[in-house]
Amino acid sequence: MFRLDGKTALVTGASGGIGSAIAGILHAQGARVVLSGTRESVIQQQADKLGKGRAFVAAANLSDAGAADALVARAEEVAGAPLDILVNNAGLTRDTLALRMKDEDWNQVLDVDLAAPFRLCRATLKGMLRRRAGRIVNIASIIAATGNAGQANYAAAKAGMIGMSKSLAQEVGSRGITVNVVAPGFIVTPMTDALPDAQREKLLGSIPLGRLGLPSDVASAVLYLASDEASWITGSTLHVNGGMAMI
Amino acid sequence: MSEIADKVKKIVVEHLGVEESKVTPEASFIDDLGADSLDTVELVMAFEEAFNVEIPEDAAEKITTVKDAIDYIEKQKVA
Repeated sequence: MFRLDGKTALVTGASGGIGSAIAGILHAQGARVVLSGTRESVIQQQADKLGKGRAFVAAANLSDAGAADALVARAEEVAGAPLDILVNNAGLTRDTLALRMKDEDWNQVLDVDLAAPFRLCRATLKGMLRRRAGRIVNIASIIAATGNAGQANYAAAKAGMIGMSKSLAQEVGSRGITVNVVAPGFIVTPMTDALPDAQREKLLGSIPLGRLGLPSDVASAVLYLASDEASWITGSTLHVNGGMAMI
Repeated sequence: MSEIADKVKKIVVEHLGVEESKVTPEASFIDDLGADSLDTVELVMAFEEAFNVEIPEDAAEKITTVKDAIDYIEKQKVA
């Protein structure tokens, strides 16, 4: 079950905690994996660690529209194979209350978190349509569904990503291509580690499963949706949040 | 038959998996050749690539038959 032998995947934002877990699990299941990120030395190290001749690097700064357009072709070139799986995981935040939010904060988040995934989907779908197969998994956030004070830009981008994914799913479903979303809740990061104890307790109290998520919790969900076993699921959002929001 | 017409026909046969004899000039992609809306978009993109032309959305909408495609591309190539 869930084997990906012979498949080729592109994972954006692969240098982050969640992205590297996703790249790792896809690779462990047999896929050829192209890691993309802005920090080339970091992703190169990760690729070297994964190894087995099935890990590749394609650095890209997704705030540049041209770079997003070019990334798919570059990824297929370095992997020497067309993409079967695209995981749009790269994203950034520019948090501040709306009254203080500058156009630049808004635009940058919408560009990287929504426009770039769209461009990558568009470029990848071209080949997938021809091959009559493919898996796209977009990484959104619990915030897309719940909103969050200080994250109007991020919430808009991630909610947009869900709407986009549903539309794409309808457009390409007849060709056996699925487009789904994984929406993580609070995941362990250096930022959540630094929370004061009182805040941490409060956060944990809002999560029925009583712990923060791990990058591997998200990666497992991605693996499932990227696998052949999930062939009858499309346009769905899989919430991975410990029960924090039951939607 | 012109070189362009030949190439268009070949692309249609390849993309839609239909028999060459069915790809007559009057054949409608959707009504006669079994294409759906996604097929027609893919065909237009294949024409763009093969002939190195850009087919804007409003022009693409009017290309419904094999002849429409040939005429449009021939006009672009002359211009």
